Amino acid sequence: MVENNIVDGEILDEATLTLEEFAHACAVERQWVKERVESGMLGDGTHYISQWRFTSHDLIRARRLRQMEYDFDAVPELAALVADLFEENERLKGRLRAAGLPFH
Amino acid sequence: MEFKDYYQILGIDREAAIPDIKKAYRKLARKYHPDISKEPDAALRMQEINEAKAVLTDPEKRAAYDQLGEHYRAGQEFRPPPDWDAGFEFSGRNYEDVDLGEFSDFFTDLFSHVGRRGTRSHHRMRGLDRHAKVFIDLRDAYDGATRTVTLHAPQTDPQGHVYLQPHNLKVRIPKGITEGQHIRLAGQGHPGAGGGEAGDLYLEIHFTPNPDYRVEGKGVFATLLVAPWEAALGTSLTIPTPSGQVQLKVPKGSQSGRKLRLKGRGIPSSEPGDLYFVLNVVLPPADTGKARQLYESMARDIPFNPRQKR
Repeated sequence: MVENNIVDGEILDEATLTLEEFAHACAVERQWVKERVESGMLGDGTHYISQWRFTSHDLIRARRLRQMEYDFDAVPELAALVADLFEENERLKGRLRAAGLPFH
Repeated sequence: MEFKDYYQILGIDREAAIPDIKKAYRKLARKYHPDISKEPDAALRMQEINEAKAVLTDPEKRAAYDQLGEHYRAGQEFRPPPDWDAGFEFSGRNYEDVDLGEFSDFFTDLFSHVGRRGTRSHHRMRGLDRHAKVFIDLRDAYDGATRTVTLHAPQTDPQGHVYLQPHNLKVRIPKGITEGQHIRLAGQGHPGAGGGEAGDLYLEIHFTPNPDYRVEGKGVFATLLVAPWEAALGTSLTIPTPSGQVQLKVPKGSQSGRKLRLKGRGIPSSEPGDLYFVLNVVLPPADTGKARQLYESMARDIPFNPRQKR
């Protein structure tokens, strides 16, 4: 099936997700998100739930946490540690790329 | 469609207990996890082992699969018989909480309709959000583009079985998008149940590797090769950039590694990124009499020792 209409979307970081939208996008319960934000594994540390907004980076991180917890039965803290290491690895690879250096 | 032997995929025997299945799964997941694996077929293998685990760790699905699989071998042509799962009750994960796009047609044909029977389908429920990765060229981030994304949307046949229908969607990629950002397409996810609204589709943006440019956030980096006299004496060059040709001044006394910044010439946005040219001084070979003579002349007349600490 081909749809000829062109679909317009919104760039996520210009329109960040609410807690409800974010939990739905990650296929988890709101409580799952709440626990990880309150323990500093997700989000920007904003204190009030009503002000919580989530970005593209949060979405990638939360789906990675969920995957680690589901795939390896990892406790949330271990999943967060692995996600931290992934992000550090990506950051360093980005710096190598910017310097024109290979990393394989 | 080929029959998939989930026991063979996980490398376990048919009597394996759940802890052994999980152990085998973790070992393979570590090997094929797409974030780290260098295996060329990592994504496909990960999909297979995810499916195998989803079926074999669910006692109901496993019992039905075992009965069905008695007469099949891996790779054998396979079509599920009508009502193959009659007599089995499924209460575990079903297509409402699994992204079928992540699983094979084999899995979907077998298990996507379970859990759709009974009372759940009468509940009004929003459809699942979907996720897909889209690769675009750097130029698309500068100019915007339209991309066709192929999705596999679940549809229900008259017998109540769900199958995956390929569906092409033309999506406008907005100018100024960067690596790792998402575009949210409202209502383009899985259809809702019981009259609930459809979920959303999230497209995660990645750039195809570009031989000329490297991207970090909204900053764009390129290497600019210069001759020793251009670096030493300074020059003005006309060079191509993703947003058109520019006149770039190389200051005299430049060395390899010096970064020249073109402000606002990176990825466009309300606060555009910068474009950086990293200088790389390339020596001409001393492969002619004249070139050798010039190098000898420099060696004699220029007091220079690159190893001397300043």
